[in-house]
Amino acid sequence: MSNDILVITEHMDGKFSDVSFELVGKAKELAKALGGQAAAVVVGGGVDANVFASDSTIQVDDAALSQFNPEAYAKVVEALVKEKSPKVVMFGWTVTGMDIAAWLSARLGVPCAAYAKDVRVEGGGIVVSCQAYGGKLTAEVAPEGETAIVACLAGSFPAEAGQGATAAEKIASPVDLSGLKMKFIEMVKPAGGDVDITAQTKLVSVGRGIGGKENIELAEELAAKLGAVVSASRPVVDAGWLPRTRQVGKSGLKVKPKLYLMLGISGAPEHLEGMKGAELIIAINTDKKAPIFNVAHYGATADLFEVAEAMLELL
Amino acid sequence: MNIVVAIKHIPSIADDVPVKGNNVDFDSVDFVLNEWDEHSIEQAVLIKEAVGGTVTVIGVDLIGELDNALHLALAKGADKVVKITADDPAADSHMQAKWLSEAIKGMGANMVFAGVQASNDLDGQIGPMIAAYLDMPYIGGVSSVEANSDSATVNKEFAGGAGAKYSVSMPFVAGVQAAPKPPRYAPVSKVRQMAQSATVEKVAPSGDASSGLTFKKMAPPVVTGHAEMIEGSSKEVAAKIVELLKSKGLA
Repeated sequence: MSNDILVITEHMDGKFSDVSFELVGKAKELAKALGGQAAAVVVGGGVDANVFASDSTIQVDDAALSQFNPEAYAKVVEALVKEKSPKVVMFGWTVTGMDIAAWLSARLGVPCAAYAKDVRVEGGGIVVSCQAYGGKLTAEVAPEGETAIVACLAGSFPAEAGQGATAAEKIASPVDLSGLKMKFIEMVKPAGGDVDITAQTKLVSVGRGIGGKENIELAEELAAKLGAVVSASRPVVDAGWLPRTRQVGKSGLKVKPKLYLMLGISGAPEHLEGMKGAELIIAINTDKKAPIFNVAHYGATADLFEVAEAMLELL
Repeated sequence: MNIVVAIKHIPSIADDVPVKGNNVDFDSVDFVLNEWDEHSIEQAVLIKEAVGGTVTVIGVDLIGELDNALHLALAKGADKVVKITADDPAADSHMQAKWLSEAIKGMGANMVFAGVQASNDLDGQIGPMIAAYLDMPYIGGVSSVEANSDSATVNKEFAGGAGAKYSVSMPFVAGVQAAPKPPRYAPVSKVRQMAQSATVEKVAPSGDASSGLTFKKMAPPVVTGHAEMIEGSSKEVAAKIVELLKSKGLA
């Protein structure tokens, strides 16, 4: 049992994701308040791990960890957490962190707070603010026990505070990684040929409110008039109405256009991760309480089809 | 191929989510099937169609209204449906995952699917927890599963269309992000037919687990900013947006 914080960082193609730095920065602040140390954990070699402002960095180097393998990574993290008994284990609530955080919680019988937006120290313990129910509610939860897992939404803390040059200590895998049931075969690169939405200055982005594939044409027409390209939120892509290359958000792409015109997107936290840096955000949604209106610069509670058609006449 | 799909019945977020005390006011909210579960059901049925087998859909009946979701699953191609009769709308993911694991344990599943996440996963998702409780490996963010004899080729998505292919020995648990095809539509007549003819197997909850989280507060988010709302008819809104865009050189 310690007052230390372990941050499980994530990297791909030799580069750490922003969330890793965000978590390390927050971990330093929490460790200071708790009287412990903030340690960054890097699972896998093949990446320069001397980049964090952590009190220490542990890099687990093993050939079996050269690519993200949910089973292998989970086993390594489990062994480290057992060995170090930290007060808090921080993950990103990301496509990789989500594979391990809740598994570890059930495996070790320690609490997990997911969808975390903020963490603070209170009475020697931590209180976590979680953005649940599609961003419609914020829950403040206090984990019981000596160790807690916190899985944070990307973009919750400034990344700068986590950037530094702490020399990483390389260690061998703390667990036997032979006999894994899961084997990495190959990376699958996104299908080429489509437009790159991250390179666009204007996006007309459609959400579930667009209603069906047959209505995408209206958005395409509006986009063409504005010199924009059509992007989308996840449900639209999952429904097969637009290709995955057009998806904005956590499991899609991060965009920062000059104009982000949103038609029928409610603004779930996963979507906000991908677009909140846009210069001008205009949202049209029929739900006047849609979370997107807390983020957009301009909004209208209106029928997106009527507004889009009226805009076409004026452009 | 024996595929079990674990589903979650969750408060609808289509409207405001009402709060009572430090939790959702479960009495005044509609419960719906977690949207990702539609994809895991679809993925399971696609595998059954490709290589044969059975699809069992199982969920915790929190408020006595899970039958609709189960009948819909049958109409979409599931072979068997099971509900764990909990009658506890506040059961967290840990609790549900434990009950589900105990019920799934004896089913001889080759693969267990769950939705990759749900909007009320405050204590994490049931998929990885079921994997931990059943001592199976877990892979999430899954966008396709191809079953071979005793292993599967699984595609996991990263961001922006990138992903990776894995070979996973059975049994395992997968958190489904999206099925390779959009979830199929089941005609109301077929769902109704299932409601009349199908049997929903009932299982009593067994086992105990808890999130270990104390809820101190639950409320709509503190709003730090709000969009400047454009009022008026749709035509007026359109005119104001166009004017705004022109003023900024964006149209």
